[in-house]
Amino acid sequence: MTERISSSTLEIKDLDVSFIQGEKEANALRGISLSLKRKEVHSLVGESGSGKTVTSTCIMGLLPPQVARINRGEIFLGEQNILALEEKDQRKIRGKEIAMVFQEPARYLNPTLKVGEQITEMLRLHLGMDKGEAVTRALEILDLVGLDGGKRILGSYPHELSGGMKQRIMIAIAISCDPSFLIADEPTTALDVTLQLQILNLILSLKNRLDMGILFISHDLRVVRDISDWISVIYAGRIVESASKEELFSNPRHPYTRMLFESIPDADKRGKRLKAIPGKVPDAENIPQGCAFHPRCPIAEEICGSNQPETKDVESNSALDSHTAACHLIGKQWKN
Amino acid sequence: MEFLLFIVRRFLRLILTILIISTIIFFVIRVIPGDPALVVAGIDASEDDIQAIRARLGTDVPVAIQYTRWLGDIVRFDFGESMISGASVNKLIMERFPLTLTLAVLGIVLGIIVAIPLGVMSAVHRWSFWDYFGMVYSQMGMAIPSFWLGMILLLVFAVKIPLFPLFGSDSLKNLVLPAIALGFARAAVILRLTRAAMVEELSREYIITARAKGLTDRMIRYKHALRNAMIAVVTVTGIQFGYMLGGAIIVEQVFSLPGLGRLFLYAIYQRDFPLIQGGVVFIAVIFSLVNFAVDILYSLLNPKIRIS
Repeated sequence: MTERISSSTLEIKDLDVSFIQGEKEANALRGISLSLKRKEVHSLVGESGSGKTVTSTCIMGLLPPQVARINRGEIFLGEQNILALEEKDQRKIRGKEIAMVFQEPARYLNPTLKVGEQITEMLRLHLGMDKGEAVTRALEILDLVGLDGGKRILGSYPHELSGGMKQRIMIAIAISCDPSFLIADEPTTALDVTLQLQILNLILSLKNRLDMGILFISHDLRVVRDISDWISVIYAGRIVESASKEELFSNPRHPYTRMLFESIPDADKRGKRLKAIPGKVPDAENIPQGCAFHPRCPIAEEICGSNQPETKDVESNSALDSHTAACHLIGKQWKN
Repeated sequence: MEFLLFIVRRFLRLILTILIISTIIFFVIRVIPGDPALVVAGIDASEDDIQAIRARLGTDVPVAIQYTRWLGDIVRFDFGESMISGASVNKLIMERFPLTLTLAVLGIVLGIIVAIPLGVMSAVHRWSFWDYFGMVYSQMGMAIPSFWLGMILLLVFAVKIPLFPLFGSDSLKNLVLPAIALGFARAAVILRLTRAAMVEELSREYIITARAKGLTDRMIRYKHALRNAMIAVVTVTGIQFGYMLGGAIIVEQVFSLPGLGRLFLYAIYQRDFPLIQGGVVFIAVIFSLVNFAVDILYSLLNPKIRIS
């Protein structure tokens, strides 16, 4: 196909973003770092309001410039800091190098354009295909996302398709230009449970076939369990813990991560009462002093309320993987 | 196939509308106090004269028979003759209609040309110069009466700076000022609607998708947002156009244009019943046809409509 810059990494370094409204400033991201390689699924997990969507919106370069301010940080696609690019150069990356799948396909597809047009317009814009080539490619992509009857689907409007089909169309749009990286922002949250699994499997199989790196955003540890290679837990605009999936599931160190696990219903806990995490994510306008999690943390000490914990390497079960967490009391006994 | 069915259904509805309106007109005319024959004959007429006139007008037979005759006439689009001039109602209307049609088309085209780009600009660059300009314009457009605007236009562009003729209706040049007077207020309505619809569409989630696809601002605005915004705009613009086709009485009066509006106005002054009846049915038919066209356009723009 056409010539392309294949970037093998997407790296976010110390990203700090605020939203300004009049006098008020909401510090939505407070120095986030994470990296994503091709063929890897990196999940970003946290409660709503923790900064997951701001992260993905910022990677896509879609933060509203009137209210959002990037205080510091860089996003490297390969060697290139995409935050430093001009809008027109960023636009060449969007959809082509980094693509995105959204939560509710019904709302994120244009209701008055045929599905075919919504797929082919990108191929024509980014890859310079003519109409015939674009249609041929679109049919291949539909096949790839597991939709039969390609011609008929290309001629349909979104409302003529089922919810699962719509999400497959969203995925088809996202992968159409063969991007290096895919951001999937809760792509299964709006779907039925049976469909969730199908879509997750589809995303995984596409990752393998297209060598994509996937940033998978979710509030649900259960959803990311089967698909992730790496998991970062985000809380109040900071990554509080980051490790490989096996490591994180077997050896969670940050109190917030531990509590997230305790709140998951599963077979081991049958008959026991689930532990919900008390309180809620702090408002980005008033983030508590010190560790942002300390008001909800059962083992917090004095230092947690005054000093913000650094992100430190912690002892990992596997010698190969690094495991980081931001907590003053990593060594402290987790009383349960 | 589905679309054909849709058109057939809408067409049947059109016929039904015309039938209902004709019936209403028939009875309304007969409920109005006074015998048209007396109006035509005048005060000094003899009983025989009045009877003769009744026979000519067809009001000497029972209402039921009159009604069937009326329906028969409508099916053949025959509205009889004007009681004043004796000319056929159809001929009178058809003489005037081209002028009204031209004026309405010019007016609405002018309105659309001003309103839609300005509405899009206002919505895209909110609180910018263009947005304020659009707001001031639409306030003025709705507040300024068309007769006043018409007179000012005549005063400035026909008297002080004689760019356009003061009266007459034989060339397109005569219609420019009336079209502006007519289109000015229409543009204000279309502008506000376009802005509101665009602001709404631009805040929809599918716009985020479009941006995430790396589309240009142009494609996002015109291909994605405007297309959806047009659904509402087309409906209102179509209805406005329908009204304009019924004749713009005030503007025609100010510019002394012999259009439908003036024809019907004088028909009412002179109690010219056949002409009033024919005029009302004509307007109803035209209005229904415009709505029919709007429905089709609407369904072409909004794929969800065709199914239901």
